[in-house]
Amino acid sequence: MNQYQVIVGLEVHVELKTATKLFCSCSAAFGGEPNTHTCPVCLGMPGVLPVINQEAIRLATRSALALNCTVRAVSKFDRKQYFYPDLPKAYQISQYDQPLGEYGWVTIRGADGAAKKIGVRRVHVEEDAGKLNHLGQRLGDATGSLVDLNRAGVPLIEIVSDPDLRSAEEARLYLTELRAVLSYLDISDLRMEEGSMRCDANVSLRPADFQGNLEDLPRVEIKNVNSIRNVQRGIEYEVARQRELLAAGERIVKETRGFDDATGKTYSQRSKEEANDYRYFPEPDLPPLVLDPQWIADMKRGLPALPDAIRANLIDRGMPEKDAEVLVLDREAYEYWQQATALFQDERLVTNWMLSDLSRLINARGESFANSRVRPEGLVALLGLIQSGTLSGRMAKEVLEAMFETGQSASQVVKDRGLSQITDASAIQSIVDQVLKDNPAVVQDYLSGKEKALAFLVGQVMKQTRGQAKPDLVNQLLKDSIQKDYAPSQD
Amino acid sequence: MTSKKPLWDHDAHSLHDLFCEGAASAEEIVTSHLERIRSADSSVGAFLYVDEAGALEEARRQDRWSAVERRERPLAGVPVALKDNIVAQGMPTTAGSKILGEFRSPYDATVVVKLKQAGAMIVGKTNLDEFAMGSSTEHSALAETRNPWDVSRVPGGSSGGSAAAVAAQMVPLALGSDTGGSIRQPASYCGIVGMKPTYGRVSRYGLIAFASSLDQIGPMTRSIRDARLLYEVIKGADAHDSTALALGEERTVSQGPWRIGVPREYFGEGMEAGVRQVTEAALERLRSMGHELVEISLPHTPYAIAAYYLIAPAEASSNLSRYDGVRYGMRAEGRDLVTMYEKTRDEGFGAEVKRRILLGTHALSAGYYDAYYLTAQKVRTLIRQDFDYAFREVDFIVTPTTPDVAFRRGERDDDPIKMYLGDVYTVTANLAGIPGLSIPAGLADGLPVGLQWLAPRLGDLSLFDAAATLETQLEPMVWPMGVDE
Ligand SMILES: [Zn+2]
Repeated sequence: MNQYQVIVGLEVHVELKTATKLFCSCSAAFGGEPNTHTCPVCLGMPGVLPVINQEAIRLATRSALALNCTVRAVSKFDRKQYFYPDLPKAYQISQYDQPLGEYGWVTIRGADGAAKKIGVRRVHVEEDAGKLNHLGQRLGDATGSLVDLNRAGVPLIEIVSDPDLRSAEEARLYLTELRAVLSYLDISDLRMEEGSMRCDANVSLRPADFQGNLEDLPRVEIKNVNSIRNVQRGIEYEVARQRELLAAGERIVKETRGFDDATGKTYSQRSKEEANDYRYFPEPDLPPLVLDPQWIADMKRGLPALPDAIRANLIDRGMPEKDAEVLVLDREAYEYWQQATALFQDERLVTNWMLSDLSRLINARGESFANSRVRPEGLVALLGLIQSGTLSGRMAKEVLEAMFETGQSASQVVKDRGLSQITDASAIQSIVDQVLKDNPAVVQDYLSGKEKALAFLVGQVMKQTRGQAKPDLVNQLLKDSIQKDYAPSQD
Repeated sequence: MTSKKPLWDHDAHSLHDLFCEGAASAEEIVTSHLERIRSADSSVGAFLYVDEAGALEEARRQDRWSAVERRERPLAGVPVALKDNIVAQGMPTTAGSKILGEFRSPYDATVVVKLKQAGAMIVGKTNLDEFAMGSSTEHSALAETRNPWDVSRVPGGSSGGSAAAVAAQMVPLALGSDTGGSIRQPASYCGIVGMKPTYGRVSRYGLIAFASSLDQIGPMTRSIRDARLLYEVIKGADAHDSTALALGEERTVSQGPWRIGVPREYFGEGMEAGVRQVTEAALERLRSMGHELVEISLPHTPYAIAAYYLIAPAEASSNLSRYDGVRYGMRAEGRDLVTMYEKTRDEGFGAEVKRRILLGTHALSAGYYDAYYLTAQKVRTLIRQDFDYAFREVDFIVTPTTPDVAFRRGERDDDPIKMYLGDVYTVTANLAGIPGLSIPAGLADGLPVGLQWLAPRLGDLSLFDAAATLETQLEPMVWPMGVDE
């Protein structure tokens, strides 16, 4: 049987977070009453002309540079032509043969930790289309469709990868890393469920003996999947489907397929055999986009630290790779961590508390590090109480939970609940003496070498102090007292 | 005072002066022109829409202005007509097509904003070939326009309504649009002044696009001084049009004598004898005025028509895609989306528009793009270079505007190629982006012949200045439907 290699390329559309649309001054905000963010230009009225939004070009340039692309000093716009009611001019202003950015890459790391560069073929600027709301249950029996053009003309960048991805898992890693990089640029909300980040996946199988151009393989495009997880599922399904077809001696039809979240399957939408001819030609209403090379260089210098550099830095500082990965992929968490460690020396303690207890609380609530009521200063104050011995780890967890629920400071919680740890030996000594006196058999076990016996005794002391004694202090006092009062004399 | 000259017999300068001096009220001026439209337009058919109420209301508003307020506005008291592919808020806009239905624009074209600021009183919209595609105004889906010199003949096109309205003295000023000669050719046929500015000199915002890289709005008037006045009002950069040039330096030329280029390719076969006679007489007059006539060559001229009839339809096929029945204008109901598109566009567009959409769509199709569109763009570059070289040697180029005089209505219905070839002297200026001005040079068999002046990019004002020196040397125009002397 023939062996096949999985070939995947991704096209990602990202809505840029500009105040206004790409070619007019309408609001680019998400939502709104239908057709309220519109004007003659984005409605495609007779006689209107596009004027480029410079902020969109700035954000697109940042994105291209962050994805290691070469940014063209001269690029141009083209018309991509097709009829559809959500496209008012019946053409989309896009960039065809001179995209803003080219020849970039994204580095992904597999489970084995090995790095792999995925080519970013191009990053170009284009306008979004509007939305159709079909009346009726399904498209098939819709009695009509309502057109909402609020989104028409919102600026997008399209990021096209090379067909370098070899599995659904690599596609997931690429999308995760791509989103992480973009998240540090403040260019988009990157919300897949709202459509501000959308992904199409091109999937084909290469027979082991195929030597030609990858572009010539029959390719299936999975359109508009609404989460990274579903992109992965869609590719997995598609790979299996194509393998089965090929095993049965059938041919792969070049087509566009949708993804059904409920079943995890892809389904045929339209055959590309009678492919659209988009009749691209240069947009005569816009002069070429000319960028000053100095400006491009300044933009590059002005980029923030990006995941690759952040990751390397964290690992250099001794953070476990797994922890570094979690922080880097969540910009809000990383910024939280930065603020906390700026106030607190013990980075490891910050990392541990953030990624275990605080993360658990935040995730349970569906909140984020950015909007959690426990701010970095608050967490750091709590960690200070642990470090000074005022709180045990166990008590600190309880305090953190209370802080998270009520928004109170650590010291306030400690005070309200009378939770401070007993660190004065004399206050504990009488309890230690009493516990030893009440448990002579256990003391003997300990003396005969059963280390576990000591843990029982510690537990007893902790119980009587309602947990407020410092465990290592209790340990020490017990050992000392047994040695002094119960151990057989050496002489 | 002898029999008082009617107000409609004045040019814009004169009307503005009368209004500023208080010798005529704006209401009197507008009323006179509206009456003229009522009496003359039944035989000419220049207007698609006359806004009597709006024009009178504006006139009464202007009559409350002080003398200073009137003087501040160069077109105060002056009626103007718009070619009906230029939008004005609240007025219907048809582009001479059925497909726009009852469309009324929610916004003003930039030129309309400028006209209003300058005090112009917009009286209505004039007829045109559908979407400005044609050279006779016979391709309007809505009305027939006749040449005031001979109503059995066409006024030219596509700005035939504007040309006829000005020639028949229904308005002193009108705006036209010129993609391959659509201002200059009807100006020539109707014996008036028509000017296509340098590409980018006048904002296209609000001009219904035919071929975006070629279209320019320009003035159509009865005198060069009026054309210059109207040009000065409408020109300038525009935040709504990325191709409208920031006000750069206008080219200036000396007082003369000038070196005037006469391109040999424009005097070959196909030119009617009467046109040749009038043109040669005008050239002789220029020589006698002391200017040096220099024979030049624009060697790529023979390819201009072919390049033009690929580039213009290609852009048009794209620009006209938005008329799909979805958002505005006409919609023919269909059982599904595709049927609705097909029926709307089939019933909404006329034959000439469909012909060009097909041509353009084909030229942009995969597999044909390089051979057609790209090659045409290369020819365009060569034609531009022809002019660059020529203008190193000469200050102006002078040619006939058209190879013929106004032809009879219906004569070229079945011969689109003959119709296209009539654009041979005018399309080059659009392809090169340079300004062109047509002035009436005389009559051949009682029909006007236009003389075209060309200048380098941004030589717009110098064109008016140069042509004006000749205007004074020529027989004064007698208007075809004018006051009996
Ligand atoms: Zn808008």
